[in-house]
Amino acid sequence: MWSSCWTYSLNLSSVPGDGDGQSRWCLSQVKGAVDDDVAEADIISAVEFNHSGELLATGDRGGRIVIFQQEQESKNLPQCRAEYNVYSTFQSHEPEFDYLKSLEIEEKINKIRWLPQKNAAHFLLSTNDKTIKLWKISERDKRPEGYNLKEEDGRYRHPSSLTTLRVPVFQPMDLMVEASPRRVYANAHTYHINSISVNSDNETYLSADDLRINLWHLDFTDRSFNIVDIKPANMEELTEVITASEFHPLQCNTFVYGSSKGSVRLCDMRASALCDQHSKLFEEPEDPSTRSFFSEIISSISDVKFSHSGRYMMTRDYLTLKIWDLHMESRPVETYQVHGYLRSKLCSLYENDCIFDKFECCWRGDDSEVMTGSYNNFFRMFNRDAQRDSTLEASWENGSPGCPLKTWRVCTGSRRKRNEIGVDCLDFSRKILYTSWHPQDNIVALATVNNLYIFQEKPN
Amino acid sequence: MSGEVEASTEEQQEMQDTVVSPEKAEEAKLKARYPHLGTRPGGSDLLRKRLQKGQKYFDSGDYNMAKAKMKNKQLPTAAAEKTEITGDHIPTPQDLPQRKQSLVASKLAV
Repeated sequence: MWSSCWTYSLNLSSVPGDGDGQSRWCLSQVKGAVDDDVAEADIISAVEFNHSGELLATGDRGGRIVIFQQEQESKNLPQCRAEYNVYSTFQSHEPEFDYLKSLEIEEKINKIRWLPQKNAAHFLLSTNDKTIKLWKISERDKRPEGYNLKEEDGRYRHPSSLTTLRVPVFQPMDLMVEASPRRVYANAHTYHINSISVNSDNETYLSADDLRINLWHLDFTDRSFNIVDIKPANMEELTEVITASEFHPLQCNTFVYGSSKGSVRLCDMRASALCDQHSKLFEEPEDPSTRSFFSEIISSISDVKFSHSGRYMMTRDYLTLKIWDLHMESRPVETYQVHGYLRSKLCSLYENDCIFDKFECCWRGDDSEVMTGSYNNFFRMFNRDAQRDSTLEASWENGSPGCPLKTWRVCTGSRRKRNEIGVDCLDFSRKILYTSWHPQDNIVALATVNNLYIFQEKPN
Repeated sequence: MSGEVEASTEEQQEMQDTVVSPEKAEEAKLKARYPHLGTRPGGSDLLRKRLQKGQKYFDSGDYNMAKAKMKNKQLPTAAAEKTEITGDHIPTPQDLPQRKQSLVASKLAV
């Protein structure tokens, strides 16, 4: 029923399953400027909750990272648990110029991944096209006072004024959150890094570019092991590139990578040092009668995410979301149409480059729902258990915080009911590429071009 | 005679394709606008363009010379010339699109 056949292009893309077109979700907060003039640097390029959901990090094209923290006092109140305030902000990456290749290296943050918390400090990995950095975010709420040789303002005391000796003591001070770069992992990628993923062993992580995947140890910046290399001997023979990669959440030896041809390879690092031979190949056979010029482009995997359970894996391509059972390579177990109505727009989407947009996707904490973004600032939620889906809009105009969002339908006919919009009225410049789901609660964060939206599900 | 029959079968197939697959209809539209598209393997063209993202044809020696000269006088605001700088024209810093140093705080952090 949910197969990805083109006949669904005329279908309405959502079935309001919650009664009168209202969803259980409401807007909690919007961050960022609301004016129309958006600077390139303000375009958000990464959104990621940490493992407890207490912190939410965003990265932008200007190389900056802003971390939000869940409001401590209200997080246990069901109605306003999704309140996040700025915790720390810092410049992660700067623009660089590679003189050897005459290549400009953008400071745009491509991915942020948090490390599981081991002590009071928080650690995250952030990457641009070429360099990965490990950042330590720590709090300081005490400072030593009562120095012998220095006044409180830092001036040195005159030696003749010293008559007694005292022990400095720590006194409380206003909370200060400091971000410091602890490691810089550079010079290991010839091509552009698209993914980083922390291993469940909490010691290693992988970084993937268009043609290679490298394995790093968090403690060492001067060496990295190449574990996948798909570069052909003759670049003229290049047919596919790596588009996304992730470690299995529980098995430290397993990782997957998706390709521009729509296949996902699962590799086992125990099998060999260089995992060019896959252990499993997840690929849905193509229907030759529907093949077109666009087929390969729209099949390109833009994101791959394991379920929290580790049993399933989700892939996002241009038009669909697919859930795969890791035990079955031949075809996905579930396929969801994100915006099948775009099939009749592929020509213009190719011309305006939108067909190359890379959408992310994410799982709900208990894996019962999945979510991904679309155009017109719409995002799509798919309830796997109930087999229901909804289309919601990220907009600060409609409804006040706390008010449940209405669900939308995109239709191709000419008659418009309320909550319906025609395919031709969609704004393709307003797209939601980056989404993250709180690991334990029903709070989602997503980015429109320059705003961060936080939604929470109404408590029962 | 047989040629005509063949042509009409092809036409029929194409019509069927258009009715049957919106993707194929879109492909036909694209081919009508860009007849040379897909004559070379499209995949590797696209891939190569993707791998080269960010490349500027630029001489770093010129870049450094010009940067040194600029230190002595005010850097004029870059002309909004969005035309691509390649080939015989060797760009200087003012020809490049303005690269703002990201020392301004993010608007999300306000």
